[in-house]
Amino acid sequence: MSTETGIGAAVKRREDLRFITGRGNYTDDLNVPGQTCGVFLRSPYARAKIGAIDATDALQVEGALAVFTGRDTATDGLGDLPCGWLVKSKDGSDMAAAPHPPLAVSQVNYVGEPYGLVVAESLAAAREAAELVAADFEELTPVVATAEAAEASPIHEGLKDNLAYDWELGDEAATDSALATAAHVTRLDLTNNRLIPNAMEPRAALATFDPASGNYELRTTSQNPHLERLVLSAFVRIAPEHKLRVVAPDVGGGFGSKIFVYAEETVVTWAAAKVGRPIKWTAERSEAFLADAHGRDHVTHAELGLDGAGRFTALKARTTANLGAYLSTFGSAVPTYLYGTLLAGQYKTPNIHVQTHGVYTNTAPVDAYRGAGRPEATFVVERIVEAAARETGRDPVELRRLNMIEPDDFPYETPVALVYDTGNYQASLDKALHLADYAGFKQRRAASETRGKRRGIGFSCYIEACGLAPSQLAIQLGAGVGLYESGEVRVNPTGSVTVFTGSHSHGQGHETTFAQVVSDKLGVPFDDVEVVHGDTGRVEFGLGTYGSRSLAVGGSALISASEKIIAKGTRIAAHMMQTEPTNVAFEEGAFISGNQRLTLQEVAFASYVPADYPPDLEPGLSEKAFYDPENFTYPAGAHIAEVEVDEATGVVQLVNFVAVDDFGHIINPMIVDGQVHGGLAQGAGQALLEHGIYDANGQLTTGSYMDYCMPRADDVPDFVVDTTVTPCTHNPLGVKGCGEAGAIGSPAAIINAVTDALGTEDIAMPATPEQVWRKLSGL
Amino acid sequence: MEQSGEHLIPVERATVWRSLNDPVVLARCISGCQSMEQLADDRFAATVKARVGPVRATFEVALTLTDIHPPESYVLQVEVKGKAAGFGKGLAEVALAEAEDGTTLLRYSVAGRVGGKLAQIGARLIDSAARKMADDFFSALHEALDPAADRQQSANPS
Repeated sequence: MSTETGIGAAVKRREDLRFITGRGNYTDDLNVPGQTCGVFLRSPYARAKIGAIDATDALQVEGALAVFTGRDTATDGLGDLPCGWLVKSKDGSDMAAAPHPPLAVSQVNYVGEPYGLVVAESLAAAREAAELVAADFEELTPVVATAEAAEASPIHEGLKDNLAYDWELGDEAATDSALATAAHVTRLDLTNNRLIPNAMEPRAALATFDPASGNYELRTTSQNPHLERLVLSAFVRIAPEHKLRVVAPDVGGGFGSKIFVYAEETVVTWAAAKVGRPIKWTAERSEAFLADAHGRDHVTHAELGLDGAGRFTALKARTTANLGAYLSTFGSAVPTYLYGTLLAGQYKTPNIHVQTHGVYTNTAPVDAYRGAGRPEATFVVERIVEAAARETGRDPVELRRLNMIEPDDFPYETPVALVYDTGNYQASLDKALHLADYAGFKQRRAASETRGKRRGIGFSCYIEACGLAPSQLAIQLGAGVGLYESGEVRVNPTGSVTVFTGSHSHGQGHETTFAQVVSDKLGVPFDDVEVVHGDTGRVEFGLGTYGSRSLAVGGSALISASEKIIAKGTRIAAHMMQTEPTNVAFEEGAFISGNQRLTLQEVAFASYVPADYPPDLEPGLSEKAFYDPENFTYPAGAHIAEVEVDEATGVVQLVNFVAVDDFGHIINPMIVDGQVHGGLAQGAGQALLEHGIYDANGQLTTGSYMDYCMPRADDVPDFVVDTTVTPCTHNPLGVKGCGEAGAIGSPAAIINAVTDALGTEDIAMPATPEQVWRKLSGL
Repeated sequence: MEQSGEHLIPVERATVWRSLNDPVVLARCISGCQSMEQLADDRFAATVKARVGPVRATFEVALTLTDIHPPESYVLQVEVKGKAAGFGKGLAEVALAEAEDGTTLLRYSVAGRVGGKLAQIGARLIDSAARKMADDFFSALHEALDPAADRQQSANPS
């Protein structure tokens, strides 16, 4: 196979040509005849009873077609938006799930919650009509702060308090007893700041209904269109799956926020049949701030016990996780199974106990955002390890090394329910230390001091778990869906290959990476392989893209399907070469037996024009596979951040960042570098700039780019990224996943560098100039 | 949002007090005021076109007077509704003190909050917008009541 396009080659992304020449097909680019526009009515209150809604004036606007409210969707029997993961409290009881109607019916519970939809001939008319809808609200006292929510009066009628669940993992008694006898205990209070996703393309939906066939079609910004269809069919009950096609065309970034099934596309699809016309809705940036699911928002108290030699004896974490006003699609799983299970980090801590209180507040729902639980876990582990090193006078690198799981320890079972299959954490750390010139840090620090700058260095040796699996275990733990992926490889009669995957690409470059995988496996030219994704009408099934699972799970499904192609092709070739299949080998795109050779293309043609063909074999050369992983994959790495803090202004400049990651085998190193760069920029945003803030009344005060600070090019250094490789032991490609690592490891490294520079552990994310300046000024 | 201030108005207290209860004067002094209606002795309804940063809307304003101590002080409850633009709620304490030469010192303090788009986009602009509205109001009131200003106006009818 050509090394220029096969596995390991830095092939330029074929999709980029259309993206950078303005030929992408995003949802808002699509238009259909008879299309109307939808505008949502959104609550200005964090918590209020909905009174009368009068649309009389609105419907007088020229071009206004309809105004729907929650009463209409409820009367029509539209189901609630479900949460896909049933978490149980430690007493065995089910989580307290508040009903989540697509449009609020009697009460609104966060600012921006939709309570109505206005449909009109044009966007201008829809906006004008929306202005004229008169809604009465009776304002109620909202619950906003994460830490106080559990004790506050319940925001949902019918729930006894605001605690959705009280979850735990690990052995509490053993952990407490180890802490009680530890030579040293480090204690730390940590806040993981609320983030607002801000994908470049805002969410959008274009829904059509064909009265002749009774078919619905929804084109929307989704990371997993099959899940969207499943939920809209089975739970919201818009239409059965065979009458509902969901297409996620080009999607401009998701970072998790487009996994979820939201109110807007749900209501627009339902309403398209009511008005008998297609409806398009595209979120304004202001709406995205209010109504996209937010990320993070944890408050944690952690304790780490060490023995006299510095070995970790126990880790305990008490976390309150803000779930927002409703349980979003996977909101319940993020601060539990995606968080608590990662608290062993890279270390042999023998006793770990974690307790998570998931709480309701009158804020936007919180769900998975790039890393989803794992950045929060890494922040706890890597901050407290760094603090412990400082408190006990140890070098933070040596303390980590002392406690790290060794290469010989794998497979390693943690006290928090995971079995790490493979890794070499020391190798990544060594490489990172070299690239960061750790030995030269003291000189750089001294040089900074001469310029009125305090320099700090911080480490983060993170681990993550990707490709959630296996299905059976996850479903036992409450998951509402399987965690496999589907793939289909269709060799066309003339030998080109169409690949169908249930993964979805919204910036990750699957159209290139997956084509590399299949062309390498089948020995066909890269340009002869086309990847199809994001369409329930073309792809059999899929669970979409999240949790850095696409290559490890979706790519593995394509390998399985390709192997079936080779197996069938071998039988066809054996028949054509008048030999037994056992005598036929498949090498570099050809079936070979002795001195006979048939290309895959020739065999494909024979399968569709079966003149000389095995009598017991069906024609055609197209194979499907579902791949269900036997375990998670465990990417891990070492991140080192170096910062300079300006003593006069408190400005933190991230001056160097080294990331050495072990993603297993790498298909396309250029794409992997890009994924890491993006993740690191988002991690730097969380550590230094971004903060979603609600005021005491539940108003979002960081609702635009004036107040919510996104990282820009001059906020980040030239990242130094490199890799080490221990192949995943249980998937055919030996891959682990690289999509989230940058955002998982980096916040802890950056804050460890800031706290190192300032000589205090008391710095919260984001480390804004104001906060740092106050700290420097002793205020 | 909280702010306070004081203005010296060059007429006697009883005149100032009357003006602060007169819908015609109030309508003249609130910039962007499109209508002002007295619903009861202590209640007014107004329509005001205003702008806070990028948020521009016509607001329905309900004013209720409480703790009325003529001619010294009252508390003004303000409720502002801007539909898609959001809402505002506030309390303004207004006190009049007799000052030298028959003038009146007006002191006020306002505490309020906003919601919806006003809070989302206008949060950091709301203080300056409120300050400007208050300044405009008092300079307009000043002008409306100042006999010198009146004379100037009649002398220069242009």
